[in-house]
Amino acid sequence: MDEMKYSMAEEIKVFRSWSSPFALRIIWALKLKGVEFDTIYEDLTNKSPLLLQYNPIHKKVPVLVHNGKVICESLVILEYIDETWKQNPLLPEDPHQKANARFWAKFGDDKVMQSIGGGVLLKEGKEQEEGFAASMEDLKYLEEEIRGKKFFGGETIGLADIALGWLAHYLDIFEEIVGLKLIDQEKFPSLAAWKQEFTNAPIIRENWPDRDKLVTKFAAMREANLGKGTPK
Amino acid sequence: MAADEQVTLLDTWASSIGMRVRIALAEKGVKYEFIEQDLWNKSGLLLQMNPVHKKIPVLVHNGKPVCESLVIAQYIDEVWKDKAPLLPSDPYQRAQSRFWADFVDKKIYEHVRTIMTTKVEDQEAAGKKDFIDTLKLMEGELGDKPYFGGETLGYVDVALLPYCCWFYTYENILNFSLEADCPKLNAYCKRCLQKESVSKSLEDPKKIYDFALKLRKKLGVE
Repeated sequence: MDEMKYSMAEEIKVFRSWSSPFALRIIWALKLKGVEFDTIYEDLTNKSPLLLQYNPIHKKVPVLVHNGKVICESLVILEYIDETWKQNPLLPEDPHQKANARFWAKFGDDKVMQSIGGGVLLKEGKEQEEGFAASMEDLKYLEEEIRGKKFFGGETIGLADIALGWLAHYLDIFEEIVGLKLIDQEKFPSLAAWKQEFTNAPIIRENWPDRDKLVTKFAAMREANLGKGTPK
Repeated sequence: MAADEQVTLLDTWASSIGMRVRIALAEKGVKYEFIEQDLWNKSGLLLQMNPVHKKIPVLVHNGKPVCESLVIAQYIDEVWKDKAPLLPSDPYQRAQSRFWADFVDKKIYEHVRTIMTTKVEDQEAAGKKDFIDTLKLMEGELGDKPYFGGETLGYVDVALLPYCCWFYTYENILNFSLEADCPKLNAYCKRCLQKESVSKSLEDPKKIYDFALKLRKKLGVE
């Protein structure tokens, strides 16, 4: 009975903003699995009552609503998607390899995003230098992990690729804004190669947000953080 | 469990994060070797097993390391899957458990880090009320269930329970009473401590407080 109900009216909604790299993960995962869904774009400066109702604790995107079931936090949503739609798995079967994928996804969010996003993009002077140094350390670890592999997930895109995927598009933009090269081809050849593979992969290459819009947005974010611009 | 199964935990006795792994292993009845680490003078083994973060806990299973406490907890749940499941089997329920464990890992961890690195007189301004509000939020999530995992101890309990032996320390530093402000959480801790897997994994609250004071002196906030 339940099966009939679901195949008749599978309702999948993704709450996202046009620019959020976190929400992009969900778009990628669902599209990679061939799952159809509706998109609701949120203006994060003016959050809808529905978003606040669905994610009262964090009040953020992405949110996935599957047949009325609400799931928040992008990495949690990714695991839910992988467990619900089993085609094109994002995680391997082996527990140790699974743990490894989760480790690197977490490393991306806890460390890489902080050093690059927080430290390099949003800071200047000595603070930016420190952020840059930290990001070099972080990227060094990623370089070692990706060496010899097409994707962090091996032959196919996996959880860690999706979690780190923002590097393949947003990083160029950040580098342009601050005038610094982070993933230097000579310093990080394997990571540079992965960036190319990922950014040009089917599905991924069709879903990047508009580059110019992103430059404008993140440049403004940097200005606002440095206290020079008018915060929104 | 295979005859050549070798399980080692690199940990420090007072770590609320390390205790998560201890609880998970105890729930599954896994025998392991506990190797106390000196974080002020890190061992070659720790640096080899966790070169990226150089932190505890690290689970070493048949020579292969697993790092990050909640990653370890999920690993334990998947390897020793025939006993005491920590995560439910339904994907949506699993997502809820993961969400709340992540909340504990981020929000509560951030709160206690602030508490531990702030002078007593600055605690009010630093977010004492926010901390207690967060604990009340957890109470709301617990509701009338015996565990966050429902009828049995689960993934969220694994993440949260170590704080039960640290609450005495936070009460003293913040000057509040868990029993008065969060009676449900207080009762939850007392109830869970009756379980051997929990009581054997946690440390004596007074010893923890002693340790905390020494650490705070070292950090220059006591």
